[in-house]
Amino acid sequence: MQFLKLIWRGALRHKLRTGLTVTGLVVAILSFGLLQTIVDAWYAGANAAAPNRLVTRNAVSLVFPMPINYREKIRAVPGVQAVAAANWFGGTYRDTTMRNFFPQFAVDAVSYFAMYPEYRIDPDAFHAFLRDRKGVVVGRKLADTHGFRVGDPIPLKGTIFPGDWEFTVRAIYDPGESTTDTSAMFFHFDYLNETLKRRSPRRADRVGVFVVAIDDVSRAAEVSHAIDELFRNSTAETLTETERAFQIGFAKQTEAIVVAIRLVSFVVIAIILAVMANTMAMTARERTAEYATLKAIGFQPAYVAGLILGESLAIACIGAALGIALTFPIGEWFSAQMGTLFPVFEVSQGTVALQVVCALIVGLAAAALPMRRAAKVRIVDGLRAIG
Amino acid sequence: MTPPLVSVRNVWKSYRRGGQIVAVLNDISLDVQRGDFVGLMGPSGSGKTTLLNLIAGIDKPDRGEVLVDGVDITQLGETELADWRAGAVGFIFQFYNLMPVLTAFENVELPLVLTSLSKRERREHVEAALALVDLADRMEHYPSELSGGQQQRVAIARAIVADPTLIVADEPTGDLDRHSAEEVLELMERLNSELGKTILMVTHDRRAAVRAHAIRYLEKGELARGEDLSEQSVKEARRS
Repeated sequence: MQFLKLIWRGALRHKLRTGLTVTGLVVAILSFGLLQTIVDAWYAGANAAAPNRLVTRNAVSLVFPMPINYREKIRAVPGVQAVAAANWFGGTYRDTTMRNFFPQFAVDAVSYFAMYPEYRIDPDAFHAFLRDRKGVVVGRKLADTHGFRVGDPIPLKGTIFPGDWEFTVRAIYDPGESTTDTSAMFFHFDYLNETLKRRSPRRADRVGVFVVAIDDVSRAAEVSHAIDELFRNSTAETLTETERAFQIGFAKQTEAIVVAIRLVSFVVIAIILAVMANTMAMTARERTAEYATLKAIGFQPAYVAGLILGESLAIACIGAALGIALTFPIGEWFSAQMGTLFPVFEVSQGTVALQVVCALIVGLAAAALPMRRAAKVRIVDGLRAIG
Repeated sequence: MTPPLVSVRNVWKSYRRGGQIVAVLNDISLDVQRGDFVGLMGPSGSGKTTLLNLIAGIDKPDRGEVLVDGVDITQLGETELADWRAGAVGFIFQFYNLMPVLTAFENVELPLVLTSLSKRERREHVEAALALVDLADRMEHYPSELSGGQQQRVAIARAIVADPTLIVADEPTGDLDRHSAEEVLELMERLNSELGKTILMVTHDRRAAVRAHAIRYLEKGELARGEDLSEQSVKEARRS
């Protein structure tokens, strides 16, 4: 008890110093948690990928489409359960700011939504969507961000597919899992295709990607290869990969940013480690005579070292607890400010665990040298020290 | 003839200062009998605090023996020495060296934390020690709330609470005004005369030294001469 008393009261002895150190820790741990969560959000698409879904695209580039007749050929490949066409639409809602950006896809509605059971839609609403050529399904996060309700119009200005496009919300999908992206809008591929046939016939009957459901995940590589072999030496050769690999491919395009964010998050920890080390060094130096007195009375050097370590860990734990607690509400606020830029922005258990580990490392490392010095200093030298 | 409580035999001690070896004690031999109150005097740098530290077990000689109550403490390792000090030595420092974050009670209790006494037993010992130094009503006060003299009395209580074999005091009145110094010295006299505590005290102050039964003088690391104090010489010193 005396040991804990000395630690706790020692930590509160210089309230301003301890308060500022704790504040620094809170900021560092909070920043670390938010930066790690941004990195997680970057790979959210990959994390939400299903192992039984493949994506087939033009082997040259995602920018180039494929003929729609590939759909039935792919459907016939052994191991393929279903195929759905999907096109990135890329329209503008209201303006071009990030706040009003959200992903829009033209899809083969029936087959596509059958492949994504994690999109939870009310059956009646889904049927209403199927009956309306211009109907759309929007995600819950998207609906909340812009206040969309069933029946609301969504006018879009096309960029890849120029012109004015009018849609009506017929259903809202909710997430089946915590990693499910609910920031997207889906409409009928047939509506896009028929409109293109009128406005720009040469662009009709073209598909951006095919999403392929397979019945045996262990045969993913084999089925992917079989699909690509079908179209070897054609005008539009294909590249088929798992949905996860496809999503990671996007993330890899901006990997340098992710690496930089990760690096910054650890630099923040390194900075607070230096601050804490300075705090503990000053504290231990001021108390040299006290530690020497304790050793003279008969306390072992390990006891004195333990006081320093205990105080350092106590400060680190307080800073970590506050920093972790703040990560959640500030993460939510940050996500709201970003709109649908990060469809899934969730502080994971892994991130919290990392925050705890970093705080412990800071507490341990900051105390290491002062502990050693206090334990090793000769009693007679310590008693002569002026704090 | 009973053996001395403290027996220092042919002790040498030197320190390294900026690359030079400085001899502090040269072939010192000294005996202190059980129940004695001995003052160590001498000019600055004479080695009196060094000798005190060697006897208290917080430093080791380069050569020679230091026996306290039959234990050759020069042969003990650091861990054993710490354990030995916990039971054998009570310290009184010039600047009290109390833990500022602990109350008077908790400061006095510190040596007992190293024993196997129960919480209740520790409380009894601490209360008795604080009553002895007449600070029973200040036990919940922190050092910053006590005067210099009161802090030194708390330090004395801490020094005696574990009933050590030997009490060592390094300039115990060095930081006190005259009145507080007198109080502290009277208390030390009582510890010696009424409780039979063996006390070894380093001091520059003649008024403090005459409280002792005997004074040993150190000059340039050697014991120059001893002085057993008669009642008359004590009275004369106190009048001055």
